[in-house]
Amino acid sequence: MNEIVDHGAAVTPRSQPSRLKQAALPLALFAVLALMPAAARFGASGYILALMTRTMILGLAAMSLDLLIGCGAMISFGHAAFLGIGAYAVGILSSHGIDDAFVQLAAALVVAGVFAFLTGAISLRTRGVYFIMITLAFGQMLYFLFTSLAAYGGDDGLSLSRSRVFGAAVLRNDLTLYYVAFAALLGCYLALRAVVASRFGRVLRGIKDNPVRMQAIGFAPYRYQLTAYVIAGMIAAVAGFLLANLSEFVSPAYVGWQRSGDLIFMIVLGGMGSLYGAILGAAAFTLLAEFLSGFTEYWGMIFGPVLIVVVLFARGGLASLGPNVGRSGR
Amino acid sequence: MTLTLALVQVLNGVQFGLILFLIAAGLTIVFGVMDFINLAHGVQYMVGAYLMAAFTVFTGSFWLGLLLSLPSALVIGLVLELLVFRHLYARDHLAHVLATFGVIIFLNQAVKLVFGPAPLSVPVPQAFAGAVTLAPGLLYPVYRLVIIAAGLLVGLLLYATVNHTRLGMLVRAGASNAPMVSALGVNISLLFTIVFGVGAMLAGFAGAMVAPILSVEPGMGDNVLILAFVVIVIGGIGSVRGAFIAAVLIGLTDTLGRFFAPTLLRAVLDPAAASQTGRAVAPMLIYILMAAVLFFRPTGLFPARR
Repeated sequence: MNEIVDHGAAVTPRSQPSRLKQAALPLALFAVLALMPAAARFGASGYILALMTRTMILGLAAMSLDLLIGCGAMISFGHAAFLGIGAYAVGILSSHGIDDAFVQLAAALVVAGVFAFLTGAISLRTRGVYFIMITLAFGQMLYFLFTSLAAYGGDDGLSLSRSRVFGAAVLRNDLTLYYVAFAALLGCYLALRAVVASRFGRVLRGIKDNPVRMQAIGFAPYRYQLTAYVIAGMIAAVAGFLLANLSEFVSPAYVGWQRSGDLIFMIVLGGMGSLYGAILGAAAFTLLAEFLSGFTEYWGMIFGPVLIVVVLFARGGLASLGPNVGRSGR
Repeated sequence: MTLTLALVQVLNGVQFGLILFLIAAGLTIVFGVMDFINLAHGVQYMVGAYLMAAFTVFTGSFWLGLLLSLPSALVIGLVLELLVFRHLYARDHLAHVLATFGVIIFLNQAVKLVFGPAPLSVPVPQAFAGAVTLAPGLLYPVYRLVIIAAGLLVGLLLYATVNHTRLGMLVRAGASNAPMVSALGVNISLLFTIVFGVGAMLAGFAGAMVAPILSVEPGMGDNVLILAFVVIVIGGIGSVRGAFIAAVLIGLTDTLGRFFAPTLLRAVLDPAAASQTGRAVAPMLIYILMAAVLFFRPTGLFPARR
């Protein structure tokens, strides 16, 4: 098992770039994120810090979706559901006075895991378009459940105070929250990289390329895909937990299908299957949305066409613009 | 009293289902023949409603408004096809989803820019104003009956076209094997354009028809789009008959579920909890129905492609 770790390049590499070269872009990316707060000191630090924290959290959610889409060819259009589960775990528990971060996180992970297992078990019986639609339906199902939770704000959502760690309000500090999000992002990136490079990840990519052949050589795609689905759901729940803490607010809008669409856009923009591309995509997405919405109220009229143009013309995504262009798209 | 109320709900459910059918019919044919996921189908419905709102104000007549809205919806659909969708047919589903998602974002904002963010309303035409007594104590708005009639009529027309014309034969053949149809010498891109135009116009027609009973606002197509997808997935992609049955099924489930869920739950829960849970469960019913159908029949009830 000492093959060169090809960190989830889902598109088959034609030439294997050196390990260092391959790691350069993600390394630079994480270095920039680690040093960002220091640089932000010189500018409007509070605003930039919050924006970057948000970017990293959405990047985390998008990265987990990349495990499904980029590595497993499971186009889930309901991934925001898990983001919502994580966020509502914070909102609902804290409204009952349970504000310990670990309890909330554990609840988020368990509920997301169970929800992913149940919905994944049904969804993965279908394929192609049907899979896209059934995941969308489960996401909408959760959306309507949250809008009808009148006790927890219903449509309007619910404000909350940030989680405490063993009774200490350390997350109140924006800088701490930034580094917590950074640590979560880095940790999940490394974990997902390991997952993708493992035998499990290879099987998953094999299924993406040719499910029939994988079956023929003795793998049951269903179990591998379901496991990946649960892993991705739980990571997205972590992102939801962080998102609720960042905005000190949860609402059904976190779960809407538009948010799921945003997440897909992020990974396509960033480059599918590379994991860190999701972070680049999330950054490009949030910064573009932020920039355009400051520029005009009708920013969607620019944003929509940008999306279309990206789909039509930029097939490899941002990650392919890096030093490892040897990984040519198909 | 309860019986009449229930009957009104059934009629509402059928009416809602038929509107869903008008939208889903175009979606399922486009999907079936072209293997193209058009998320922008919902905004075409919205555009239809806005066109209707604009043209009825402009001409002062419901009929003239409808007459002008339909070709305009068609033209807008064809322009979108020419500019965006045509370049996506050869791409994968992910590209379809994303690019048409971009179209949604654009058009939702565009109508807000042109018509303003406030909801518009369209008056119910004079001829169909008021209500009619269907049975003793059962009053029902005439216009909603007109919607039911229009939905059934379009359903019949589509049925006749799909099953008894040359074009319909090509559509059915395309839904079961598009490359083969192309290989047999049919101008498939012309067929695609026709199918797409008809789909866009049907969605626009649905939007125009509901404009007098719903408020016309940005984003009105988004929820309907999801429901239309639920319909075509339950019905089986590419099947107009499946779409019809699934649409009425969904319309009834949704309407009756919202009406009866709190009442039924009252039998096992106390009233406050029953109405709370009922309101939570009702909107989820159709998704549960869809999950159940797909669990037992992963390709829907009437799959066109075997």
